[in-house]
Amino acid sequence: MNVAAPQTPALRFAYRAYVTLFFLYLAAPLAAASVFAFNASMFPALPWNGFTLDWFFSDTEPMLGLFHDRRLLQGLGNSFYIGIIVSLLSVAVGTTNAFLFERHDFPGKQVLYVLMIVPLVIPGVILGISILVFASFIANEARAAMDLRINFLRPGLFLVILGQFSFLATITTLVIAARLRKFDTTLEEAALNLGASRARVLFTVTLPFLRPAMIAAGVVAFLVSFENFNTTLMLVGSDSPLTITMYDRIAKVGSTPVLNAVSVLLIIGSGALALISVLVQREPKRADVES
Amino acid sequence: MVQKDAQRLALFLLLMPFALWILLLIVLPHLGIGYLSIREKIGPRQYEFGPGNYIDFISEPIYWNTLLRTATMSVLVTVLTLFIGFPVAYYIAKVAGRRSRAGLFLLCLIPLWVSDLVRAFGWIVLLRETGVVSGFLQWTGLVSGPVEFLYNDAAVVIGLIYTVVLFMIVPIVSTLDGMDDALIEAGYNLGGSRWTVLRRIVIPYAMPGIVAGCIVVFMLTAGSYLTPILLGGKNSMWFTEQIYDQFITRYNWESGATFGVVLLAFTSFVVWLGLKLTGQNLANTVAKG
Repeated sequence: MNVAAPQTPALRFAYRAYVTLFFLYLAAPLAAASVFAFNASMFPALPWNGFTLDWFFSDTEPMLGLFHDRRLLQGLGNSFYIGIIVSLLSVAVGTTNAFLFERHDFPGKQVLYVLMIVPLVIPGVILGISILVFASFIANEARAAMDLRINFLRPGLFLVILGQFSFLATITTLVIAARLRKFDTTLEEAALNLGASRARVLFTVTLPFLRPAMIAAGVVAFLVSFENFNTTLMLVGSDSPLTITMYDRIAKVGSTPVLNAVSVLLIIGSGALALISVLVQREPKRADVES
Repeated sequence: MVQKDAQRLALFLLLMPFALWILLLIVLPHLGIGYLSIREKIGPRQYEFGPGNYIDFISEPIYWNTLLRTATMSVLVTVLTLFIGFPVAYYIAKVAGRRSRAGLFLLCLIPLWVSDLVRAFGWIVLLRETGVVSGFLQWTGLVSGPVEFLYNDAAVVIGLIYTVVLFMIVPIVSTLDGMDDALIEAGYNLGGSRWTVLRRIVIPYAMPGIVAGCIVVFMLTAGSYLTPILLGGKNSMWFTEQIYDQFITRYNWESGATFGVVLLAFTSFVVWLGLKLTGQNLANTVAKG
């Protein structure tokens, strides 16, 4: 008997109905966005004109399919490029941060820990403008003082990467530190006693233990980077990632079913990645179900 | 001594990436917008320092009205999200069977992995004049012509709750997960009613999760850009839109930076107030989510 559950059948039914409704609410816009990718119509709207895959594969205007739309594909490529670099960078820094906060004591640790969390509670738009302002300031000064043109500090992919990294490093740090906290340090001592060097212990004992968390953190960072809009919007140059390209399309052309096709692709892609991250984290034991 | 030096070196090496990150990407840039916000342009390449940009902000009603509107809407969204999300979180953590629990939790997370843009686009497809909801209502005969559900505050609130509700559910589920059902049973055995048990046992236990959820939800809502603009239309009057407008459209960085500082100060104040009122701190709420 579950004491936490409602005790009368009517209440239990009502509760279940509420939760079901909630999940329908969660699914509705995604389902709507997906379904109209397959409608043979110029608009993502009813009536249903029959099933088609043209919005994916057609190579002729006006029904130019996603896989022949150069700008969307370019955006997809940029998103991948940014996402991979950002997630590698955030996992690397997240790992060193995890060791810093879990294994070392130093004066001011509490303050630095709070500073480490702060990027999560700064609105993305503000992170974007502050990095834009700072980078432009350096670029302007360099130009005025030494006649140097530092183009990578102007809006563009480099700044987008820095902007996303600035808050993703917090997320990866938290995920990796949570796992490092569960590590049994006697394992390291045993390896040291058996004559292994510190570096060898790190690479054969500690890092393999952290690997599931590092992979999961990397996947999360990649997905968040891929879907980020606010920070990216402020830092983007002429090469825009997919979300910005899609936004431009909505703003200029209005909604067209090719965007539904992109949505389907993104839903499938991120669903698969999320599943991988869950499986990777679950693999070792049931010890780390949380987080 | 060698051991100690090695420790020092390791600490130093680990501090480097952290310090570069926080200093170059967080601290200095924010000092930068603070600096820019107290600088006024009085002529080409001529600047003067003073509170002029802030005075401009206060003396222009449309600016602070937008901020107030963003603030009240964000508080409204946060409260609604808590009321909608809490029962779901409780269901996942306490009512659902062990096997369906993991499944439901995953279902909750799936929309999180889909871009904001896709979610907003989905709502557009559903709610606009030629959309699914309007079409369905016409089909059932409840309305005679197309109905526009987009471009109003209700659409913005629905869309925003949708975007942020997961950030409310996840921390509450993780706190409630740690709660022993025996606590609830004890509450009943001592004669507590359903409502008393909820109010005196369950909610206090879930408080760190609730606070974490509310903070993240509030920050995300107040800082959101896409949902209000796409679902609210041209007149959504969202504060981040003003910031974008000043920075990118008008190229008035001084005033854009001022707006940024105002928004940051305001959201930080609300977060601080929330933590103060509930007796929590940032490290043990947000960091756990």
